[in-house]
Amino acid sequence: MSPLSRREFVGAGIAAGAGLVIGFYLPHGNGSRKESFSPNAYLRIAPDNRVTIVVARSEMGQGIRTALPMILAEELEADWKQIEIEQAGASTLFGDQTTGGSASIRTTWDPMRKAGAIAREMLISAAALTWGVPRSACAAESGHIKHAASNRSLTYGELVDKAATLPIPSDVTLKQSKDYKIVGQRLARVDSPAKVRGEAVFGIDLRLPGIKYALLSRCPVIGGKVSGFDDKESKKISGVGYVGKIGDSAVAVVADSVWSAMEGRRTLNVTWDEGANKDLNTAGVMASLKQTASKKGVNLYSAGEPAKVSGRHISAEYSLPFMAHAPMEPGNCTAHFEGSKCELWAPTQVPQDCRDSVATAIGLDPDQVKVNVTLMGGGFGRRLEHDYAVEAALVSKAISSPVKVLWTREDDMRSSTYRPASLHQLSATLDGSGLPVGMTHRIIAPSISGQKGQPVPNGVDPDLPDEAGPVYGIPNYLIEYVLAETPVPLGWMRSVYALQAAFALESFIDELAVAAGKDPLKYRLQLLAKDQDLTYFTTIWHTTRMRGVLQLAAEKAGWDKPLPAGHYRGVACFGCFASYMAEVVEITMENDQPRVHRVVAAVDCGQVVNPSILEQQIQGGIVYGLSNALRAKITIEKGRVVQGNFDDYAPLRMDETPAVEVYAVPSPEAPTGIGEPSVPPIAPALCNAIYAATKKRIRALPILS
Amino acid sequence: MADITLRVNGSEKKVSVSPETPLLWVLRDTLELPGTKFGCGAGLCGACTVHVDGNPIRSCSTPVSQVAGKSVTTIEGLGANGLQVLQQAWIAEEVPQCGYCQTGQIMSAAALLAKTPNPTDDQITQAMNGNLCRCGTYERIRKAIHRAAGNGGAR
Repeated sequence: MSPLSRREFVGAGIAAGAGLVIGFYLPHGNGSRKESFSPNAYLRIAPDNRVTIVVARSEMGQGIRTALPMILAEELEADWKQIEIEQAGASTLFGDQTTGGSASIRTTWDPMRKAGAIAREMLISAAALTWGVPRSACAAESGHIKHAASNRSLTYGELVDKAATLPIPSDVTLKQSKDYKIVGQRLARVDSPAKVRGEAVFGIDLRLPGIKYALLSRCPVIGGKVSGFDDKESKKISGVGYVGKIGDSAVAVVADSVWSAMEGRRTLNVTWDEGANKDLNTAGVMASLKQTASKKGVNLYSAGEPAKVSGRHISAEYSLPFMAHAPMEPGNCTAHFEGSKCELWAPTQVPQDCRDSVATAIGLDPDQVKVNVTLMGGGFGRRLEHDYAVEAALVSKAISSPVKVLWTREDDMRSSTYRPASLHQLSATLDGSGLPVGMTHRIIAPSISGQKGQPVPNGVDPDLPDEAGPVYGIPNYLIEYVLAETPVPLGWMRSVYALQAAFALESFIDELAVAAGKDPLKYRLQLLAKDQDLTYFTTIWHTTRMRGVLQLAAEKAGWDKPLPAGHYRGVACFGCFASYMAEVVEITMENDQPRVHRVVAAVDCGQVVNPSILEQQIQGGIVYGLSNALRAKITIEKGRVVQGNFDDYAPLRMDETPAVEVYAVPSPEAPTGIGEPSVPPIAPALCNAIYAATKKRIRALPILS
Repeated sequence: MADITLRVNGSEKKVSVSPETPLLWVLRDTLELPGTKFGCGAGLCGACTVHVDGNPIRSCSTPVSQVAGKSVTTIEGLGANGLQVLQQAWIAEEVPQCGYCQTGQIMSAAALLAKTPNPTDDQITQAMNGNLCRCGTYERIRKAIHRAAGNGGAR
């Protein structure tokens, strides 16, 4: 499942007397990485004309196994029907393989295009040499190099031997978007047929000869440890073998089948050292956030001096709870430890972190650990953790056998990492016309990275630069971050801090529009009327592009047209992961609860690679965001997560799901993020619609608490 | 442990398991049919949906002893003779994202269409509401069922 290294490719090519290998150095798109250059091996073309494209990011439903190869195939001028996809495992060839931050397309857009273009140019050279004609007389088209003057044509497969002998060009010309034939097309996803047949192999489906199954009993109290266990009853269950402590805070029950392991765990008696958090509860966590709010934070964005402007003063406070990712496929990982090596089959967004963390945990070097990446039944950030992989490796080492560690839904809900709870204090000063001349947004939230011991440069959680920027060019505007602490385990959940920032900001803007007596859409457009470039860390937000999505969403939603009696609208816009998003929600109220009938979403994410996948991502993000807005709430009592399954943590079902229309602003710009930007605006848009219907302002999520 | 005989995808299977073992784990672990998925273990998400004598059931909360002598159809049996119209509609409407819940969704939809060949939107919602999808594919599922029913885009 993992790609061969470049050297192995070359070796195999020589041995077989064939096989064009494209190996080259490309700068990695993500400037934050330690390695700024790394060897890449995205492509193989075989003499039989098979074109293998290696996907070095993980497929968790976002269509990356289709979209990334489309980018390379475009520049290669490949025939899409020739393409075979290979999933890379943890490797040293592709730079950072983390799949997250809506980053896969935007950070590999250039490397994938260059990979295809270099191969194309080498194939053209090979054909020109073969025919003794100038390169300029040859052209690549649909898996062939053609010489129009003599009406000759060779397939890529026929040219691989010669192409493999040629020097790799250091500079290539990339195609212009007007010439695209693959990028921008609604190509069918490559993974759909296997998924509808039940043949797609997710992590949970992995089987190895002699495999055992393990469930772990983890301390129900956050941060607690095992003090002892009694496995007499467990051992009576047929099929149960090893029972033993894994790390400080869990006991594994290993069996011949999942069911025996479940029964073995059910009958296991563990005594816990509940530790420092045994009295922790949600009210205490929120009170602690409130207390932290009195501290001075750091400025994320600062324009003018909002404290010094005068006018009508308005302020409001918003809060959001902890939330759980709850992907459909519960946590799992398969590991096979064999003395000096360990192989894993992991549904993971972070194959390299899995490799390195496993190596540390079981005392091997990273290059003794092989991580294969399986399909994932959803990720949403939960699989940015590597806990399941470390557990699997430790259990496999303990029993000297291949093992699959499986989490149940309750394990996933209660021993997870959570979207941080947060508090937001907003204040604004309105001028005579009701527009803000000054605004302050204070974000009080714990740092996910900080809690994990990762760097928090200058007190700024490293995710905030992608997720909490300014939307409007308000002349005196301060966004402040106050770093809070919490013992509740934190994780990056789809759209991360953007969800919280957008809920607070876009609800508050609605409050200002109401205070000014203005239509909330026209109020926003007025705030965006001037063309401004707002620099926020390394991103420049353009008010023109935000205005564009807002106008498009409003037009498609028919904002100016009257609604049926009892129907109300709300609007919100936000920018994150370098994309611009606006959403208009239409609701009715039934028994004091909102029913969402229609959502119109407009996005500006630069060049669209596959419109069908884009629509999937936006529709899915909005349904995910509605689940978050309506009911998602993780609470803590006596140090324990209360919610356990889809009854008390209930995502949207079909009956609550609206029709979602998606419109993209045509753009020649490089593509930006699309997996997450649709999530943040939906909660404020919905709350703003509820205000329009009821005159009741919701300042704390979830709506149905 | 008990010997239990059931009919799975048209073939008779004899398994030796404890009788309270959920059908889900017998299908996945014993009979090596992993297309049926584990999502919640409590009949709340529908990822484990299979047909027993033509009716959709949640295999995660059905002891295998309850299906002794009965006929079980899993996703592997549904498309055994090439893709069903329903599965083709799923592809045409680009339903799957992560795809994990989709086999359960398809089994619920297949059971619906077997009894109600031209379901209304309300009938679709009623039949499908027990199947969760965290990727949010519900509206495409609705379209795919209509498409398979021959209703095209009619709603």
